[in-house]
Amino acid sequence: MIEIRFHGRGGQGAVTAAEILAKAVFEEGKYSQAFPSFGVERRGAPVTAFARISDNPIRRRYQIYEPKYVVVLDETLADVVNLTSGLKDDGSVLVNTERTTIPSLEEKNIETYTVDATQVALDTIGRNIVNTIMLGFLSAKTGVVSIDSLLKIIDDTFPAKIAKSNKEATEAVYNACVEQK
Amino acid sequence: MVVKVISSAEAIAEAAKRARPDVIPVYPITPQTKISEKLADYVADGELDAHYIKVESEHSAMSAAIGASGAGVRVFTATSSQGLAYMHEPVFAAAGMRVPIVMADANRALSSPINIWNDQQDSLAERDAGWIQIYAETGQEAFDTTIQAFKIAENKNVLLPVMVCVDGFILTHTVDPVELIDQEDIDEFLPPYEPEHSYLDPEDPMSLGTLADPDHYMEIRHDIEVALENAKDVITEVGQEFGEKFGRSYGLVEEYKTEDAEIILMAMGSICDTIKDVIDQQREAGVKVGLLRVRVYRPFPKEAIKAAVGDATLAVLDKDISFSAGGALYLDTKSAVDNPTYNYIVGLGGRDITPSHIEEIIEKTKNPEKDVEWIGLKE
Repeated sequence: MIEIRFHGRGGQGAVTAAEILAKAVFEEGKYSQAFPSFGVERRGAPVTAFARISDNPIRRRYQIYEPKYVVVLDETLADVVNLTSGLKDDGSVLVNTERTTIPSLEEKNIETYTVDATQVALDTIGRNIVNTIMLGFLSAKTGVVSIDSLLKIIDDTFPAKIAKSNKEATEAVYNACVEQK
Repeated sequence: MVVKVISSAEAIAEAAKRARPDVIPVYPITPQTKISEKLADYVADGELDAHYIKVESEHSAMSAAIGASGAGVRVFTATSSQGLAYMHEPVFAAAGMRVPIVMADANRALSSPINIWNDQQDSLAERDAGWIQIYAETGQEAFDTTIQAFKIAENKNVLLPVMVCVDGFILTHTVDPVELIDQEDIDEFLPPYEPEHSYLDPEDPMSLGTLADPDHYMEIRHDIEVALENAKDVITEVGQEFGEKFGRSYGLVEEYKTEDAEIILMAMGSICDTIKDVIDQQREAGVKVGLLRVRVYRPFPKEAIKAAVGDATLAVLDKDISFSAGGALYLDTKSAVDNPTYNYIVGLGGRDITPSHIEEIIEKTKNPEKDVEWIGLKE
């Protein structure tokens, strides 16, 4: 079972990202589950969301304490929450940032991938909404989900116009990463 | 048939839609709101031909539900926590008037302090109302149970309202795969409601909820007792018929590896999912432990529990507390069986229940010190 934690701020779509991921991997024949950190929803406040992916039906009904991957939609959260809490030894962190490295994570020898998702979002979607872009990044870096099933679920989730720009942005980040490899 | 990755809230709304309710009086409250929002969408989009009443409170929601159901149509509503507490008065009246309303309750803690998170205090505080209460373990069961609930409620040997209880957030806000049964198959399983008694029948007009003096009150209340007892067979039959048609059978209780168990955990709702995982691990380590999931809390399945527990020691998990006495499931279980029985109060107000808590409960039950113990308290 792969457990993934998303960190974002209210309004950035962390919960939606976890749900899109769960739906996308289900398309690929896997079992999945996604849920928010059950907080009171306020725009701008730290939000955590979780996703589980497994080859078998999932019976765990508690929060994720030892994630394999942590996806960070907003790097300013590093000052507010412990982003690497419980991270598995072989786990990694994916961060939306302008920087190429995150010194606090580097110090701890944590495998970290960075992407300037905000810039991509502003260029393509026209708003700083990075949740689907970070899923494209997650797909490219970890392979836990395919880009095709992500694009399908993005189509199912949003109205046509929003889906179109989100798909462009998600695919752009995915392709850039894959080319780098 | 289609399998969708959706929350239990959406699964319940999908099931309620397929049951074709005529009237939906409902007031939003976290974490139930997603159910009432989805149903509002279906009605607004023309997917569901129902009269959606935007009431000003939960007291009004239940009052309108009673009026509509008494007029002889199928009624669905949903609530949670303070909302359920606020409708306490007409909740009792609904059972007394024998109106087969189906209501989803997104289980949430009661004030105070104010808390929007999950426990089961809200519905358990209504246990004496005369309603049938069924606790779902998963989103799939929430869907399936909502469909079955109408068939149980409307059975002429029952005619009582049914509460479908789902853990707030843990189920209502968690998405996972749910098989949605096609409308035509639901139509076949659950035909349109044909009321035996309806005060709007001009050929046979009648009154509901009238005054009953001491000469009559007790008999009418006793009728509720008889109907709830009848419901045991009806719930079992409906759960079996559902299984024959759709492949998932349901009963009053579910036994999980109880047969040779020396310790049997008892619990209700989504926590049973996690418990099953822990039991599998403990079994691998040679510990003879099982789970008796109480799916139907009212009517209380005394006979089924007696038959399942053998001479095992019982560890009853309650997400509720009757202060100074113990949890509701524990107290009822104690009254039904003679087994050594211990109570663990867990998960109040959304305190997460992890496998280590359940392992702790199993360990404590091997050498019990207290009858009632709170698990997961901070030092």
